[in-house]
Amino acid sequence: MDAFTTLNGVVAPLDRSNVDTDAIIPKQFLKSIKRSGFGPNAFDEWRYLDTGEPDVDCSGRPLNPEFVLNQPRYQGASVLLTRKNFGCGSSREHAPWALLDYGFRCVISPSFADIFYNNCFKNGILPIIQPEAAVDRLFEQTFEAEGYALKIDLLKQSIILPDGESLSFEIDAFRKDALLKGLDEVGLTLQYASDIKAFEDKHRTAMPWVFSE
Amino acid sequence: MAGQTLYDKLWESHVVREDESGSTLIYIDRQLVHEVTSPQAFEGMRLSGRKAWRSGASLGVPDHNVPTIDRDKGIVDPVAKKQVDTLEQNCKDFGITEFLMGDPRQGIVHVIGPEQGITVPGITLVCGDSHTSTHGAFAALAFGIGTSEVEHVLSTQCLVQKKSKNLQVRVDGALKPGVEAKDVALAIIGVIGTAGGTGYSIEFAGSAIESLSMEGRMSLCNLAIEAGARTGLVAVDDTTLEYVKNRPYGPTAEQWSQAESVWKTLHSDDDAVFDKVITLAAEGIEPQVTWGTSPEMVVPISGRVPNPADEADAVKSSGMARALEYMGLAANTPMTDIPVDVVFIGSCTNSRIEDMRAAATVAKGRKVSDKIKYAMVVPGSGLVKAQAEEEGLDKILIEAGFQWRDPGCSMCLAMNADKLLSQERCASTSNRNFEGRQGNGGRTHLVSPSIAAASAIAGVFATPESL
Repeated sequence: MDAFTTLNGVVAPLDRSNVDTDAIIPKQFLKSIKRSGFGPNAFDEWRYLDTGEPDVDCSGRPLNPEFVLNQPRYQGASVLLTRKNFGCGSSREHAPWALLDYGFRCVISPSFADIFYNNCFKNGILPIIQPEAAVDRLFEQTFEAEGYALKIDLLKQSIILPDGESLSFEIDAFRKDALLKGLDEVGLTLQYASDIKAFEDKHRTAMPWVFSE
Repeated sequence: MAGQTLYDKLWESHVVREDESGSTLIYIDRQLVHEVTSPQAFEGMRLSGRKAWRSGASLGVPDHNVPTIDRDKGIVDPVAKKQVDTLEQNCKDFGITEFLMGDPRQGIVHVIGPEQGITVPGITLVCGDSHTSTHGAFAALAFGIGTSEVEHVLSTQCLVQKKSKNLQVRVDGALKPGVEAKDVALAIIGVIGTAGGTGYSIEFAGSAIESLSMEGRMSLCNLAIEAGARTGLVAVDDTTLEYVKNRPYGPTAEQWSQAESVWKTLHSDDDAVFDKVITLAAEGIEPQVTWGTSPEMVVPISGRVPNPADEADAVKSSGMARALEYMGLAANTPMTDIPVDVVFIGSCTNSRIEDMRAAATVAKGRKVSDKIKYAMVVPGSGLVKAQAEEEGLDKILIEAGFQWRDPGCSMCLAMNADKLLSQERCASTSNRNFEGRQGNGGRTHLVSPSIAAASAIAGVFATPESL
């Protein structure tokens, strides 16, 4: 996983609440056995006018001009600004894979669904929770100024606006550390292999039926 | 010190170690693995040269992609076939037992786990599928995870987690006749919203919950994730113990009394403190139908499509208007006036034997309306199918004009050939009415099995009583 330290990125405004993971990456693309290549199909049903199928080159497909990410001013955006309960629904990690592959490294929202929020951290995407009022203001500013960009500093836990003002955000210490260093979480856990074995021994006595294999 | 909630007890009994930041390493007793969210996890293990920590803790089964007709022809879609074949190879390579497509025990992960006794009270259970909350019906700490965490569990049998807060949803009183667990779940989501349970573990309690069968409790806990909660729980009682007895992967006869004594402690203490409590009166719950593109967009079947103009919150109002446009519905239309094109009875929410019985009870001696393009019943597992056939339910359903399929996720998420065409309207017993969920442009209305079956007969949304 790529580490996340700072990001200076153009903001794309997705002005909807309850954006679900089916919308972020529709089911027909989940048949892939790879982790990459989902970017061209991110938000497929909103983004294109035709129906997307796996393994089809998207470069010639008709774009939906109404969909915000298709507007020229938001091309190259790496910060996604959106409304509450982003990433609800299915646990598919294909959703953060698609966002990452599209180019997003940071999502700002008043709230996230739990599984999606967790999945972001496993893939070097920083999900930032901000109060509704702050998100409203970011939306206004993004719509107003073409090329509107934010600077995100994970170490300092701050979002720096173009006028120099900064907004702080909360993040759990373990997740912050893992993201800053791009750590392999499985490797981290395996450092505690002896604790796991000791737990298993105790657990086997308490609940032997769990170990019936 | 205040007593513990059921969730607190399950959590505490699985803590391997805690660090200063509040992150906790918890032990995972069992994992269910399916074809869609696992290939990248196994690939990650290969790349890092890691083996399964305890291969016997996991069970593999294909369910999302498998066809529900003409199984003897195999999987026609080459992309789906590759994924199912990849699961088979991965299970072989990592020493994991798998129920293959032709195995009578094959079915939807959340149906076969309990059926096989893999799901038992007091365990931690995960799966790369958000509806893993289903297994909480057995007072098991069960939740959906992403693919990186599937790899983490396969490699370490542990997960780094943060403890959730406790939410109790109480439903007291007697449910009215014709009101099913699905209606209770949708009514709860209608009250608390799809993010109402975010950050919480929900424990469902109260006399109406206690009166539910295990099948009903599974439907209820299945939908906890649609209220935003990764985990839904119901305490252990005699109904639980009765269901769990004599299941293939459950405790042996010698272990039973030890298991029973552990399991009987699996309830919240009388003086347990919840962070939040929500109460509903069972008598006030009617059969439910969703009208929009989120499970919280739900009304009683006697109600009407709501009017976005009546909603004061501007973001919410525009969301409602967008949903009505997608759904092709006009505000204030009575739900029972809305014509249905397709009926789907199945999914990890409603494909167990009780659901098959409910559908057959309504279908008996009646015919599917000629306004319905097709109505399909997809049992949740090969064993549910066999049981239903033993009871003659298949004959009743086929006689009435329903299709009787082979087990799998099917049209719940339309990864196989079972999908809606654009603008087709479906009365569905599944769990998500998101845009495009059952097929690009398809329009999903979530309902109970009885309402789905009655709507198939009537050609519009209907209750069995109205037929």
